[in-house]
Amino acid sequence: MNTNLDRRDFLKVSTVAGAGLMLGFYLPSKENGLTPASDFAPNAFIKIEPSGTVTIAVAKSEMGQGVRTSLPMIVAEELDADWSKVRVEQSDAHPTKYGSQGTGGSFSVRGSWQMLRQAGATARDMLVTAAAQTWGVSPSACKTDKGFVIHSSGKKLTYGELAEAASKLSVPHSVKLKENKDFKILGKSLPRVDTPEKVTGSAKYGIDVRLPGMLFASIEKCPVFGGKVKNYDDTKAKSVSGVRQIVNVENGVAVVANSTYAAFKGREALTITWDEGQWANQTSAGIKQMFEDAVKQRGSVEDYEGDAESAFESAATKVEAVYEVPLAAHATMEPMNCTAHVQKDRCEIWAPTQSPQQAQSEAARILGLPLDKVTLHITLLGGGFGRRLNSDFVQDAVKVAKAVDAPVQVLWKREDDMQHDWYRPATYNVMRGGLNKDGWPVAWLHRVAGASSRGLVVGGTTPPYDVRAFMVDSHIKETGVPIGAWRSVGPSQNGWVVESFIDELAHAAKKDPFEYRRQLLNKSPRLKRALEVAAEKAGWGKPLPKGMGRGIAAVEGFGSSIAQVAEVSVDKDGTLHIHRVVCAVDCGPVINPNTIEAQLESAIVYAMSAAFKDEITIDKGRVVQSNFDDYSMPMMKDMPKVEAHIIPSTDSIGGIGEPALPPLSPAVCNAIFAATGKRVRRLPIRPEDLKQA
Amino acid sequence: MPSFTLSVNGQKRTVDVDPETPLLWVLRDTIGLTGTKYGCGQGYCGSCTVHVDGEATRSCTMAVESLGDKKVTTIEGLSPDGSHPLQRAWIAEEVPQCGYCQSGQIMAAAALLTQKANPSDEDITASMDLICRCGTYNRIRKAIHVAANSTQKKNVGQRQRTTRQGEKP
Repeated sequence: MNTNLDRRDFLKVSTVAGAGLMLGFYLPSKENGLTPASDFAPNAFIKIEPSGTVTIAVAKSEMGQGVRTSLPMIVAEELDADWSKVRVEQSDAHPTKYGSQGTGGSFSVRGSWQMLRQAGATARDMLVTAAAQTWGVSPSACKTDKGFVIHSSGKKLTYGELAEAASKLSVPHSVKLKENKDFKILGKSLPRVDTPEKVTGSAKYGIDVRLPGMLFASIEKCPVFGGKVKNYDDTKAKSVSGVRQIVNVENGVAVVANSTYAAFKGREALTITWDEGQWANQTSAGIKQMFEDAVKQRGSVEDYEGDAESAFESAATKVEAVYEVPLAAHATMEPMNCTAHVQKDRCEIWAPTQSPQQAQSEAARILGLPLDKVTLHITLLGGGFGRRLNSDFVQDAVKVAKAVDAPVQVLWKREDDMQHDWYRPATYNVMRGGLNKDGWPVAWLHRVAGASSRGLVVGGTTPPYDVRAFMVDSHIKETGVPIGAWRSVGPSQNGWVVESFIDELAHAAKKDPFEYRRQLLNKSPRLKRALEVAAEKAGWGKPLPKGMGRGIAAVEGFGSSIAQVAEVSVDKDGTLHIHRVVCAVDCGPVINPNTIEAQLESAIVYAMSAAFKDEITIDKGRVVQSNFDDYSMPMMKDMPKVEAHIIPSTDSIGGIGEPALPPLSPAVCNAIFAATGKRVRRLPIRPEDLKQA
Repeated sequence: MPSFTLSVNGQKRTVDVDPETPLLWVLRDTIGLTGTKYGCGQGYCGSCTVHVDGEATRSCTMAVESLGDKKVTTIEGLSPDGSHPLQRAWIAEEVPQCGYCQSGQIMAAAALLTQKANPSDEDITASMDLICRCGTYNRIRKAIHVAANSTQKKNVGQRQRTTRQGEKP
């Protein structure tokens, strides 16, 4: 590789497409295709054309959470742009240009917040300088508003008119950011930029990529986790009309065809003998047994305060319970897919991925190509929820495309998607709580056993309450089942365990569950306030119709504090009805209130699926469930009334895609207890567990 | 390969495909209309919903050979410019999140409004048995009511204008 690059490749501010301002530090010229070592400053977010059009690049993946609107709003705010002239552009993957493009952990806004504000403010500062120089006045006599630089005399120039002059200036080292009170765009419910295309069918997801000469493929994968192809007979598959080629990808056999349907049909005609590997006899019962055996002894201590074991022994009242959480699948509406075109010296990929940079580097590794020879376009994602943080589906497409002389789209069937997910871990939790004679906690012991990932099993176990002494210890076991980030990760199940158990302690103390929590949250003022707002908005304490119960839960996570109150009733046959969910959130400064409300509603429904729909079970080393008939989803008929309340806050900015999920299942289970006296200690909530004798 | 002539969004389309090919894949892979989505392939989720002679139909389980001369409408053909009352209501109520299921949701809702101009909550719940993993159900319900109301207001307005015209030609 030629390392003696021309200086022109390292222009700090390069003039592109005639006279325009492209703000980017050390932005390489696109033509030479080289990746210089100095290409590190992730600030290529803004392009202003002489016409006045402002193009703002979104480097994160849009999966429904609204980043194609919220991130440009941040840039536009500091830029003082005219929002009606803003055009949003999805960036390709790039190893360094934009910082991390990984989209997860409810981190897009709070992780990009400072950088994007800086990007906008820097461009604004340069436009002001350009105007001041044009007029021969002091920059301090100039202000900006809606795409104009305005001098105190009243004369003004548009950003478009200033673009060329600004492009010749050097980038200032530091700029002043706005004060929150001066925000004009942030805090407004601006319409999402991607809605019109999503109601006409013109929005392009990964599955919608169409290229000249493109072929369609689907892979018959080993049903057992970790299994491989031993041998196969593809004679019949090759005779299926439309089938073009068969490719062995080690963990499965790909059928490449003229159409998706022909590829699916070709798969059915394959005869494959599998080497099922070491997990061929794994079962859900076996996994549970493994956990039950493990928790007999103390595991690795994850967190503690004081001597909780001694405090428990000497407590006036002891409460003990076991909480069981099953495996959960993501089930994004768009099944996994990816399109790749591999040529001798390069590769082009179109992927609905949450990890574009990881996917790009994995493709480069598989193909033995330098990173800059792999172009990865980020498409719209038909749901993500953590599933698309894994790049297995991108690897599939690259492996198949490597063997095919055309662009190939590899699509997973719904059944593949359900049976080859990276599941939320199943966990087994032994809870022990000690109360003093007044009913206040003096000891909290949480022993958890779970699979594969310490972070995903343990996250969210530390109680937010002042329980005096506590200890969390864990056993992390290998079960053969792939484990991954499932919307709200650790807190998604540990929020349920912690918030159900504190409820048990409140009832053991014969105290009101809301008041009990409130008294114990003095060290978490933000969460306490969310709890109080949720209780107030829900009318906590007011009588409910006979047969109904009210439950509360509060969980802190992803930089935000959220509390929910659920109102439920249970039929004699155990059928659960969730009537109303009130949700209060403190997520700090608000970018777009409508997006926040939408995410609260969305997280609540996502939580409902794991709370009272189906579970993923394992038999013979494989997932039993395969489609939406045996892994069903909440539907419109299941919907409660959802009321979202955003608490005005100047605290640090928090995430919003995930945090509303953890409080839902405990609020519902606590409400079930209030309505029926039955304590739910295993998920999903089953009618047989709620049936009245 | 047998040949089928379909009527899709008012246009005749001749395709050479396996007779068992589900309409979904003919639309997506052969004709190139990708607005109709694959979600489950078994008729459970409804992401593939299109109109067949005006009825909401799950195209993933309808073989192309069973179509005969019935007329197919997809999301791309619901309105020429995205101005169907439901599309406008979907925008006004900010319904879509990831948006993947929304073509199917809108087509199912459009079929419902053809049958019942002013559906009740119960009518909507009964008809809208489609999965949205982002959980936009409450907004979908609201948007259907908004679209129904806007259409009715328009109809009332038209009637009033007609009356006035009748009085003073």
